[in-house]
Amino acid sequence: MFEEVGTTPEGDMIINVGPQHPATHGVLHLVITLNGETIKKVEPHLGYIHRSIEKMCESLSYRQFIYVTSRMDYLSAHMNNHACAMCVEKGLQVEIPPRAQVIRVLMSELTRIASHELWWGAMAMDLGAFTPFFHAFRERESINDIMEETCGARLTMNYMVPGGVMHDLHPNFQQRVKAFMKLYKKKIHEYDEMVTGNIIFQNRMKNVGVLSANDAISYGCTGPTARGSGVSSDIRKLYPYEIYNTLEFDEVLETGGDSFARYMVRIREMQQSIRIIEQLIDNIPEGDFQTKTKAVLKLPKGEFYSRVETARGELGVYIVSEGGTTPYRIKFRSPGFSNLSVLNHISKGSKLGDLVAMMGTLDLVIPDIDR
Amino acid sequence: MQEENKIPNDSSEASPLRGGLEGAFPGEIKELPGGGIVLSKLDDIINWARSNSLWPLTFATSCCGIEMMSTAGAKYDFSRFGFEVARATPRQADVIIIAGTIVNKMAPVLKRLYDQMAEPKYVIAMGACAISGGPFFYNTYSVVKGADHVIPVDVYVAGCPPRPEALLHSLITLQQKIKSGMTREQIKAPQP
Repeated sequence: MFEEVGTTPEGDMIINVGPQHPATHGVLHLVITLNGETIKKVEPHLGYIHRSIEKMCESLSYRQFIYVTSRMDYLSAHMNNHACAMCVEKGLQVEIPPRAQVIRVLMSELTRIASHELWWGAMAMDLGAFTPFFHAFRERESINDIMEETCGARLTMNYMVPGGVMHDLHPNFQQRVKAFMKLYKKKIHEYDEMVTGNIIFQNRMKNVGVLSANDAISYGCTGPTARGSGVSSDIRKLYPYEIYNTLEFDEVLETGGDSFARYMVRIREMQQSIRIIEQLIDNIPEGDFQTKTKAVLKLPKGEFYSRVETARGELGVYIVSEGGTTPYRIKFRSPGFSNLSVLNHISKGSKLGDLVAMMGTLDLVIPDIDR
Repeated sequence: MQEENKIPNDSSEASPLRGGLEGAFPGEIKELPGGGIVLSKLDDIINWARSNSLWPLTFATSCCGIEMMSTAGAKYDFSRFGFEVARATPRQADVIIIAGTIVNKMAPVLKRLYDQMAEPKYVIAMGACAISGGPFFYNTYSVVKGADHVIPVDVYVAGCPPRPEALLHSLITLQQKIKSGMTREQIKAPQP
């Protein structure tokens, strides 16, 4: 176990946060150099949940490897599967039926809401408020129920396969989603009353962890982290996939760059996801949910890349194929890794207590970073 | 009247795993004029108290941690069974729920956390990864193939990830094991 303790030659204190720490949302290990209570350097140590997913994918077939990616960023399991399925479809050059496209988008947006719900509850818990956690899970559980009915799993769904989705929607799907949206709209004001409008919360978030637009670009930040700094980075708008170019929704941008701006992006993004679901839920086209593909998939020789917008940012999947049934090499460009890399930059000079707030608004999922 | 007040204690009749009726106080109230006395074994009372106040450690390495959070949430609510608060430090925790994959770099950390917990301590392996490496069993170079290579495990919960109900079942199973009064070694030994 790598560990540093004690003081530096300059007299600064070194402390370790993690790998077992409730605020690191998993097993992240931060080595922090402190001058008094002021942060001088934050050095993340990775690998405590490195499961060698990329290496493993090289020995799995093009149908099998998608299931492993559900475990990567498990809060955006659908989007992970989506990116992989799209990449394989690109290689196979198959079109997926409109019904499957709509189902994929619906599922992705529901997952985005569920992911942001959990982030909201967990982040409020990091800042010392326990109640929002229970409120967030109330809504999250009803999304989990919808997922369970259609996909058969609550968390790691493995629903999207090359050629479409694995099976058709459950007959109750539309009714359940509508009921969820009704509940959600009725409860959304509680989020603002409990957390957003809270003066203690605002004082802890505003002007903390400021990330400028230029830095966000040079560190490769994507998703709500970049959009909080005013950088347009929504893959759904910039490189539309599936049916996103036909949908009406706004790319949420905030210009503050601080923790509060990143917080507001996610809160507003949930409402945009609701807007997308509203447009689609009554207009699910009839037809097949899957294109017929061969039992054993073989990608032609070449390199394929596809990207989606997960709840945390841009997820890229890069497949190198030698023409066989398994990929020669797979690389995932995970949003969490680049978002984590700004932590040292934005936390420099602030107090140790604020580090938790900054980490909360970066919305890190450690297995996504380590893979 | 006397019959109603009598709390059944038939540990001799019940199966050794159950150790008296579930949830009931392991003792007998003898009615006397002007009050009563409770007859019980001290060991039974200690086990009864211990099993109903097990605080888990918030130890989540990956996906199963989210289902553990769901179990802590209002819908499933493991506080009902005495898993009152999840503790962030091993020194205040009684049970460690290994929620997620253990990789080679994490294994010494898990061992240290386990060593830091005060006796009596219990371990639940949640999900396929903690049981055997699960989906990461084949073709990986970094995953520990089962948390029981590192620390002893009392209860295994299958699933990837297990449903909250499954986790609750494992927690109740652990309670029954403690109430039955078996030692750690007896718990670990395969049941006949």
